[in-house]
Amino acid sequence: MGAGGAAGAALPGERVRISRLTRMLESQKVLAAALLAPGVVILLLFIAYPFVMALWFSLTSIRVGDPGEFIGLANFAKAWSDTIFQTAFKNTVFYTFWATIFKLALGMWLALLLNRHFRFKRLIRASMLLPFIIPTVLSAFAWRWMFDPTFSVINWLLYHSGVITDRLPFLSDGDWAMWCAVLVNTWRGMPFFAITLLAGLQTISPDLHEAAALDGANAWHRFWHVTWPLLIPVTLVVVVFSVIQTFSDFQLIYVLTGGGPANSTHLIATYAYQVGVASGLLGEGAALSLFMFPVLFAVVWVQLRFMKRMEGA
Amino acid sequence: MKRRKFLKSVGAGVAATGLGGILAAHRAPVFAQASTVHILRWNDFVPAADKVLREVYVPEVQKALGIKLNVETVNANDIPARATAGIQSGSGPDIIMLLNNYPQLYAAGSVDVSDIAGEVGKAQGGIYDLPKSMCTVGGKWVAMPWATVPALLAYRKSWFDEIGVKEFPKTWAKYHEAGKKLKAAKRPIGQTLGHTFGDAPTFAYPIMWSYGGQEVDAKGKVVLDSKETVESVRFMTQFWKDAHDEGGLAWDDSNNNRSFLSGDICASLNGASIYVAALNGADKFKTEKGAPLHTDILHAPLPAGPKGQYAYHTAFTHMVMKYSKNAKAAKEFLRWAHTKANYEKWVVVQKGFAVGPTRDWEKHPMWDQDPVMLPFKTASRMGRHMGFAGAPGKKAAEAWNKYIIVDMYAQAASGKMKPEESVKWAAGELRKIYT
Repeated sequence: MGAGGAAGAALPGERVRISRLTRMLESQKVLAAALLAPGVVILLLFIAYPFVMALWFSLTSIRVGDPGEFIGLANFAKAWSDTIFQTAFKNTVFYTFWATIFKLALGMWLALLLNRHFRFKRLIRASMLLPFIIPTVLSAFAWRWMFDPTFSVINWLLYHSGVITDRLPFLSDGDWAMWCAVLVNTWRGMPFFAITLLAGLQTISPDLHEAAALDGANAWHRFWHVTWPLLIPVTLVVVVFSVIQTFSDFQLIYVLTGGGPANSTHLIATYAYQVGVASGLLGEGAALSLFMFPVLFAVVWVQLRFMKRMEGA
Repeated sequence: MKRRKFLKSVGAGVAATGLGGILAAHRAPVFAQASTVHILRWNDFVPAADKVLREVYVPEVQKALGIKLNVETVNANDIPARATAGIQSGSGPDIIMLLNNYPQLYAAGSVDVSDIAGEVGKAQGGIYDLPKSMCTVGGKWVAMPWATVPALLAYRKSWFDEIGVKEFPKTWAKYHEAGKKLKAAKRPIGQTLGHTFGDAPTFAYPIMWSYGGQEVDAKGKVVLDSKETVESVRFMTQFWKDAHDEGGLAWDDSNNNRSFLSGDICASLNGASIYVAALNGADKFKTEKGAPLHTDILHAPLPAGPKGQYAYHTAFTHMVMKYSKNAKAAKEFLRWAHTKANYEKWVVVQKGFAVGPTRDWEKHPMWDQDPVMLPFKTASRMGRHMGFAGAPGKKAAEAWNKYIIVDMYAQAASGKMKPEESVKWAAGELRKIYT
């Protein structure tokens, strides 16, 4: 009796609390803040905090086990005059440029092919994503074995089929190693381009193509004057994502070449890791990695400006 | 129960919880039983040694000291990142195995182990100079030397015989000459000049010293850009082209093992892991004539240059981490592991690949078993530290960690730079460190 009375007494209170909460959430401002809060907390914790810490580290002489002291821009000045960093910067630009070009060209080609009707279309579309799904470390290890200086299966096949008489220096020659890294990055990143562009292609009404065909446009003209202009917004987004990921790539190079031979394939991220984490010079490593920020910021800014202009048009 | 009998039994119970009880029960006291020591080491190139840690040390140290030992092994090249992460976050393994001069980099995050080093050194004939230089900072031991992996050249005796070289070349010039002939017969020398922890520095640094080159003088002034260093780089460039498997520029520490065991190379500077693997896999690894490969392998030190004969051997050391809540138990474990009876169980399965940190291990009967391994017995007596003639401190470690000396040779050997340019580049990079 007593317990039943207590429960009965609690119910109106519950109603009051629920209705207050509901009333609060009816306000658009409060609802928006409530919905945004988890995202903002995650961003603050995992993006803003590490970024601010990296910024602070880059201005100090911190090294492993020693908090160091404020030294202004000395780490940036040291990095700027560091020839290995200069090489790594050039490598990063080269790697990003060529990998993005290949991913875009091949991804577009693949997307156009997959946009057609053929048997097992769904299965092939799904399987095409495999390189993107497999963890980069695993696929990079597999490629490393295929490019192994002594036991490369590619060299073995070419040698035994009489195409070559000497082993190809896949990873032991600086230029070859860099192109191998571009190839692996392209292999890995192309499905992302293809699937995203395919999604873009499927939003284009077939009527537009039919109308162009009736007007006498051939396949190239239809692509250039109908498909491409309508795909530009999607392409821009996918290119920006890819540039950001490729410019800050780490895993692939770390596993495939370790930055060698003789720093020929070091990227900013791998060199920053070598200096900051492996050598324990955390301040210098942070400064090196922050050199990526203005470049990536500029890329995003240009892209956003371009998209805004297109929306305006 | 009578009062006297009751008191007697209570007294026995109290005694059982005291020292007498511990000794009688052969069990560690309760506080120690609760200790867990997490040790991070490399994936040993002699897997049987890791087996000893997991299958012998783990149960025995639990029984002897009540310590639960948690053994984690990773790729050696990944250890520095774990050490940095552990020190900065204040949590991680209680003991980290470090290579080369890394103890100098992480000294601030270490627990003083001078007491253990003093005891072990005194009881076992003294710790070798090279590991001592790696592990001491201002007279304090920041890490405890565990073992040294001497680097010696493993070579195919019959292949050298076939080109008329009956005794292994004593000078770089003669080794070059022999290597040239062997490469022409598609049996090149195999060596790494890549970014890797072991074979790259053990090859690059001694060749520089043997020509009279050095990074810095005794005061820490960079003196690398000398005609002696240029001469050594010039020699390496030609030597590489004429006698080496040029794929070595992309090798890590395991490539030469695989190449040697598959009969692709005639010689390689390495720990004894090639020979140990050939010995353990006698049925698998054969010469082209079908004989077990190990019967055709001998070892020799690096040849001498115009200014002498040098070596650099990889030191493996254990650092007890300052952040560890189990530092006391970690030290007790190390003290226990370094006793002759316990250390012997680990070192004998190494068969000479890794040798003890003290001179007494040269006297162990294991060295009477296989004459092919004899050159490893005393190899640790010789050896210079990186950053010679300066201190083996943080700056030398930083220069090593950036692979400056290794890359000085690699850039010239690959044709990316001329020898003079490469030396100038390396000296410039060193100056940024030694400011």
